[in-house]
Amino acid sequence: MDFVSGLRCRECGRGYPAEALHVCDFCFGPLEVTYDYEKIASVVTRERIEAGPRSIWRYADLLPVHDAAPVDLGAGFTPLVRADRLASELGLGELWIKDDTANPTGSFKDRVVSVALTKARQLGFKVAACASTGNLANSVAAHAARAGMDSIVLIPHDLERAKVTMTAVYGGTLVAVEGSYDDVNRLCAELTSEQPDWAFVNVNVRTYYAEGSKTLAFEVAEQLGWQAPDHVVVPIGSGSQLTKVAKGFRELWQVGLLDEEPSVRVSGAQAEGCSPVATAFAEGTDAIRPVKPNTIAKSLAIGNPADGWYALDAIRSSGGSCASVTDAEVLDGIGLLARTEGIFAETAGGVTIATLAKLAAQGAIRADERVVAMVTGHGLKTAEALTGVVGPTATIAPTLESFGDALGDQLNTIRSQRSS
Amino acid sequence: MTTVRIPAQLRTLTAGAGELSIDGSTVGEVLVALDGAHAGFAERLFDESGGLRRFVNVFVDEEDVRFLDGLATPLTPGQTISIVPAVAGG
Ligand SMILES: Cc1ncc(COP(=O)(O)O)c(C=O)c1O
Ligand SMILES: [Zn+2]
Repeated sequence: MDFVSGLRCRECGRGYPAEALHVCDFCFGPLEVTYDYEKIASVVTRERIEAGPRSIWRYADLLPVHDAAPVDLGAGFTPLVRADRLASELGLGELWIKDDTANPTGSFKDRVVSVALTKARQLGFKVAACASTGNLANSVAAHAARAGMDSIVLIPHDLERAKVTMTAVYGGTLVAVEGSYDDVNRLCAELTSEQPDWAFVNVNVRTYYAEGSKTLAFEVAEQLGWQAPDHVVVPIGSGSQLTKVAKGFRELWQVGLLDEEPSVRVSGAQAEGCSPVATAFAEGTDAIRPVKPNTIAKSLAIGNPADGWYALDAIRSSGGSCASVTDAEVLDGIGLLARTEGIFAETAGGVTIATLAKLAAQGAIRADERVVAMVTGHGLKTAEALTGVVGPTATIAPTLESFGDALGDQLNTIRSQRSS
Repeated sequence: MTTVRIPAQLRTLTAGAGELSIDGSTVGEVLVALDGAHAGFAERLFDESGGLRRFVNVFVDEEDVRFLDGLATPLTPGQTISIVPAVAGG
């Protein structure tokens, strides 16, 4: 049994049953899962969670679906890594990286897909579908294969090669659409009306999908010894992840898993070529103006973010900030994280790290805060973004002489660093 | 005539029809005429100030009207308007 009491419209409050519904019939507002928090509080304990699987399913009490055998490739419980070298480069104090590159298909999307497809299967769906900027495509195709479901994945035609391959290999149907992600998304929203028997994870089962991102907050708190951090930095595409991370910390407090009421500043990270939320934040407005994306951070290239308004609200009400970074800064961010901490992130991770650096330099993130940065996707997925940016130090003939010729000066520094 | 595509959530207003033909020279005119033909559309699509609700997206031939002229966007015969819930994706 799960602890879901129903669905509710975030805009007008109308109630709905816990079915494959995502939009309020009356005002088109998003539906959100509601829980019986008292019942959850009466069963959930730190020990019960700690005795659970090393995956998102250890938090099943706080998820919208329970299943003895969920659709699962092992998403979640990824490393939380103390990042002292990066912190000192940025003038920060206690900094942690939530390394979600370690998920089964290499991004945080495995969290939301495992939840969405477990619920979809319970609701009787046999087909998993999605509109994707790439990472969701990988994850839906893989989880559908794992569950023996058919998959129908729609992507913009110009995605990174690795993301196309990592979707197609699972053998489902993959459709490349000549258009932007926002075009793909509109097409899928329309297809949902025509194909009600398909579970579009980020359309008609989006209500459940979105809840999966709360596990990022749950894990961070548990890994910090059941304490919330002071500040988190989260990349924004649709704005769903950021909104749910903020919700996750609140829920832990609500069900009695934290000793102190959390006060987590939530800051958002966007690429300058697709920054509708950062722009609204900077301008101090409520209205999110859609944009036509143009950035190497393709996984975040959503010009018309469905949860943009809620993300903005979560940022403002928590005292967080929001900024955007150029493509050059994104590449610097990828390099900085790799060089200082040994973690290779995709372009979305570069956005997060570059924004972290920018907000630290502005003083919006302070050295006296315990900070967590969400690094949400693996670098191999977008390796082509680094073509011509990184490569061999030298290309030489296989002789001692050419080795010495090419590296002579550098050898001295390497040696002296070792003896010092 | 403009073809208007109706999302599943609003087909209770159209006796199940997913597509209608409506007259009008702008997007706003067509949507108002739609409400005239099938009462209930206006209160769902428009907020108190008469603009589109925050979670309603309207497209003319695949282009979001917010990149065009909003409700004042002019129409030529044969174009298609899609009403699409904004809550999707990511
Ligand atoms: C790696 C990565 N990080 C972050 C995001 C943004 O998540 P959201 O759309 O929930 O804001 C996405 C996808 O959209 C992604 O693929
Ligand atoms: Zn509503």
